[in-house]
Amino acid sequence: MDQLLNDFSPGLFFMQAILLLILIVLMKKFAWKPILEALQTREDGIKDALDAAQNAKLELENLQADNEKLLQEARMERETLLKDARDIKAKMIEEAKDEAETQANKMIEQAQVAIESEKKSAMVELKKQVADLSLEIAEKVVRTELSSKDKQLELVETMLAEKSLN
Amino acid sequence: MLVKQTTKIIAILVFLMTSVSAFAISGVPDDQHQEGGGDKVDTPEEIKAYISHHLKDSHDFHLYTNHETGTHVGFPLPVIVWTSEGLKTFMSSEFHHDDNGQVIVNKDGVQLTKIHSKIYELAPGADAVVFDDHHHAENAHKVLDFSITKSVFGMLLTGILMLLGFVALAKGYKKGAIPTGFSRVLEPLVIYVRDEIARPNIGEKKYKKFMSFLLTVFFFIWILNLLGLTPLGFNVTGQIAVTTCLAIFTVVIYLFSGTKDFWGHTLWMPGVPYILRPILAVIELIGFVVIKPFSLLVRLFANITAGHFVVMTLIALMITMKEAFGPAVSTGMSLVLSLFIMVIEILVAFLQAFIFTMLSSLFIGMAVEEHDHH
Repeated sequence: MDQLLNDFSPGLFFMQAILLLILIVLMKKFAWKPILEALQTREDGIKDALDAAQNAKLELENLQADNEKLLQEARMERETLLKDARDIKAKMIEEAKDEAETQANKMIEQAQVAIESEKKSAMVELKKQVADLSLEIAEKVVRTELSSKDKQLELVETMLAEKSLN
Repeated sequence: MLVKQTTKIIAILVFLMTSVSAFAISGVPDDQHQEGGGDKVDTPEEIKAYISHHLKDSHDFHLYTNHETGTHVGFPLPVIVWTSEGLKTFMSSEFHHDDNGQVIVNKDGVQLTKIHSKIYELAPGADAVVFDDHHHAENAHKVLDFSITKSVFGMLLTGILMLLGFVALAKGYKKGAIPTGFSRVLEPLVIYVRDEIARPNIGEKKYKKFMSFLLTVFFFIWILNLLGLTPLGFNVTGQIAVTTCLAIFTVVIYLFSGTKDFWGHTLWMPGVPYILRPILAVIELIGFVVIKPFSLLVRLFANITAGHFVVMTLIALMITMKEAFGPAVSTGMSLVLSLFIMVIEILVAFLQAFIFTMLSSLFIGMAVEEHDHH
């Protein structure tokens, strides 16, 4: 310790303090400040560039995601359209079938009604014809039968007999 | 660019060579050389004295001495001292390499002499230094010594190197964002100090204010440590005055930038019983004002001094072990060992600069920290 204190030179201490102070001031003005500023600017520049690149990448990814989404949507829309179309088709077929069936049934019914009425009218006609024919035949028969007196009498008698029998 | 740099390097080399050789030519044969008595440094005592002389600051730039002719190679540095008669300046060559109080320089009635790298002023009327039993001068006292000593010279050199290197780096950014040439080496170091030392320890918000100090101190210590490993023989960061100054800078900075929180926690620690708070305040204060700077200054000083001591001792092995193992073995051993320690010292040079800056920023970080209010 004694040796150390003896070795301590106040003059050297003073010179060192002055020199160091001057050196710090000079270095600060001419070296450290511009160097650190330049480094900072450069680093900021690099950081900005990296950020910009990152942003561009993100944007691209977003775009791709959007595209994907749009594609997906389009696909889904197609899917629903197709499904709707299929449904409509099925429904239409079903409806047509039903319609046809009812139509057919109706037609059959109408036909049956027509047939029935035709049948009826035919029957009526037939009956009328038969009646006319019968009348004619009966007239002819009566005419021939009544040509003689005997026969007329006979007939009256028969008829009377029939009446009494009844 | 390359041509320019090459010219610069050549200019520095030429400057060093000529200054050395100029002095070598003008070197005076030294009759009064002491201790070794003019012969080679070859006994353990002489080696010890040589090492302890090296570890101290010196007033001239001494590279080596040719003991056969007694010629010293190096150059003198200016001596600036504050004596009882005011400021006196002269070249250190006036002491004629004397370090034992033999040569007395008379400057306008002030008798000055140099003993163990310190300049003493003799009491009025005395014409020779009288030593007591412990080799302390009795009739002389130390003067305030503002000389451009070898350490100051080293600091100036370091400052110039730093200015050259980093101003070039700073100017390089005007031409483009990426530095070229040697600046490419310096830039990662600056970024290293900023991102690994200042930012994590001081915090993102406040580190900018302290960057100039931290960067300057980091490179200052590192370059001086490395200069100390060159054959130029600087031992600047091994001067306790230098490390003290560095530590005091750190203390002043962190004490003056201490936040309210910091002083609150230091002087009136919340969360402990009231009776303990004054005791804790004293402990904390001593810690911040004395212990922390002391640990800073002693760590750097001791590491560098020890490093120089070990390297020089190992180099001296080739002399001390010559008797036992013969010249070839002792030289080989000394070479291998000192090379090994030298490599470690290169690491230590960086490590100590790093630790000093790291701890400085840690202490600053403690002082500027904003605590969450409990």
